Amino acid sequence: MKKLPLNLTIGLILTFMFVFMAALSFVWTPYDVTALDIGSKFLAPNFQHLFGTDHFGRDVFSMVMVGARNAIAVSLVAVGIGMAIGVPLGLWSAATRMNGYGLMDEALMRGNDLIFAFPSLLMAIMITAVFGPGAINAIIAIGIFNIPVFARMTRGAALGLWSREYIMAARVSGKSMMRISYEHILPNILNILIVQATIQFSIAIIAEAALSYVGLGTQPPMPSLGRMLNEAQTMIFFAPWLGFVPGGAIVTMVIGLNLLGDGLRDLLDPKLRIRAAQTRKGEDNNVTT
Amino acid sequence: MIHFVLKRLASLVLTLLVATGVIFIMIEVVPGDPAAYMMGLSNNAEAADALRSQMGLDAPAWDRYKSWVSGMIAGDFGISYTYRIPVSELVGDRMMVSVPLTIYALILSTIIAIPVGVIAASKRGSIVDTGLMGFAQIGVAIPNFWFAILLVLLFSTSLQWFSAGGFPGWDAGIVECLKALTLPAISLALPQAAILSRVMRTSMLDVMNEDYIRTARAKGLTKRQALIRHGLRNAMIPVLTILGLQFSFLLAGGIIIESIFSLPGLGRLVFQSIAQRDLIVVKSIVTLLVFAVVMITFIVDMAYAVVDPRLREGNSK
Repeated sequence: MKKLPLNLTIGLILTFMFVFMAALSFVWTPYDVTALDIGSKFLAPNFQHLFGTDHFGRDVFSMVMVGARNAIAVSLVAVGIGMAIGVPLGLWSAATRMNGYGLMDEALMRGNDLIFAFPSLLMAIMITAVFGPGAINAIIAIGIFNIPVFARMTRGAALGLWSREYIMAARVSGKSMMRISYEHILPNILNILIVQATIQFSIAIIAEAALSYVGLGTQPPMPSLGRMLNEAQTMIFFAPWLGFVPGGAIVTMVIGLNLLGDGLRDLLDPKLRIRAAQTRKGEDNNVTT
Repeated sequence: MIHFVLKRLASLVLTLLVATGVIFIMIEVVPGDPAAYMMGLSNNAEAADALRSQMGLDAPAWDRYKSWVSGMIAGDFGISYTYRIPVSELVGDRMMVSVPLTIYALILSTIIAIPVGVIAASKRGSIVDTGLMGFAQIGVAIPNFWFAILLVLLFSTSLQWFSAGGFPGWDAGIVECLKALTLPAISLALPQAAILSRVMRTSMLDVMNEDYIRTARAKGLTKRQALIRHGLRNAMIPVLTILGLQFSFLLAGGIIIESIFSLPGLGRLVFQSIAQRDLIVVKSIVTLLVFAVVMITFIVDMAYAVVDPRLREGNSK
């Protein structure tokens, strides 16, 4: 067993930490996140309240746990929607192009460009504003903009595979386009899709936080990291932990996911490894000359 | 070449038409009646109906779409429901804040990202590289609105170097305005700079393996000279694509930052308009932003086709 890349290790640890905290929050949090205790408001971090308390005396650590859970849930479903629609679209697009129906492919890709042309944050804000704020609409808004990302990536990778010999063999043996796409193409591009999913996941976390920050994401009394930051804005001057803790949680979670994505790419993509090795060799040559 | 340009133009017009259609449909289903909203507390059915027909809201959707689009082509964006002034005027005013802010942020992110990317690439694998890319990781992960809050906390509240928000207007002088735009521009620029420096680094690493760099080294240039004279220009190509995309992203991305710093820009306008159901303003701004994205993509494509004939052929096939 070869050694895991360092970024993968750190990424795994950070991601597991948050997933564990989020999962744990289903059954146990140090304090009830909806229970108000005005008597103990604005307590600085201490041993009873690890990250202090907010203006209603709620325990910030418990709120971060539940907030992280909501962020993960929203992002997971949003990226899931993006993959569930985008990947088949991309496979279909590539298959039609390789089988003489280039027009279909062209139409699908122009549709993709169309979604890309909309500023995603603005559209997410519009969607949630039009259909009402809340977690479900936030999921849809973020999910829609994940579709073209996966469709484009899947199509690009699939096109590269369609000219390979083993695909030719499958075609000659009479398999349908759909079967080839799912039995031969999909397993071979799963690597890059997983890497991309990790990256999209981290983007979705930030997007969810942004939507909640402007009050259009997860609604109270459910805690959300974005809204905690919004509420902290006026209190950060005398209760800095209210601003630093949720923000720090978002940043750590996103860094964890990005490192995980980078690490997985290093691990899964042999082409990159070979190129990296070549680059290193090239540099060695430079040193000797 | 002409064939390629025409094809691109056709697809551009088509994209815009479909986009306006999508925007129109989305706005049409807004669960809120602008006429009722404008009437406020004195709302009664007859008066609201009268106002609705005065605003042209009772015409069939298709006619409204046609008159909206043909109006925009003629430069008439309609009149804002809440501000009661032409949308073009309103948007024009706000652009005087948003566009400079975007350019400011773009310049900041470029002057940070390019040296960082080049240095990290040329010292690949060293502590410098790891450190710089570590910072880039953090930069990518920081939500810009949180960064904005932290900047205000540090530079406005503690150090009192900058005001925490507001915009004096261009009449107050360029220095005052740039000062007001500095913190917002930094908070917009940081995540962009982080992304850009990573792209720059990768692109530079690719270029370093090219034959022409070896040739340049063989004819006696030092590594640094070869990279700066021959490498940098080639490595900039993917960076320029990202920059083009970032311009439109920043223009729209200011939506939250402008609210935090109370800047009278496009982003804050669109946010207020959504809240006030000022549909005509929302429609116009979203259309303008989509137009900006599509145009920038078009221009970047054209620039590539001029520079690199291979892309031209590949695309016109």
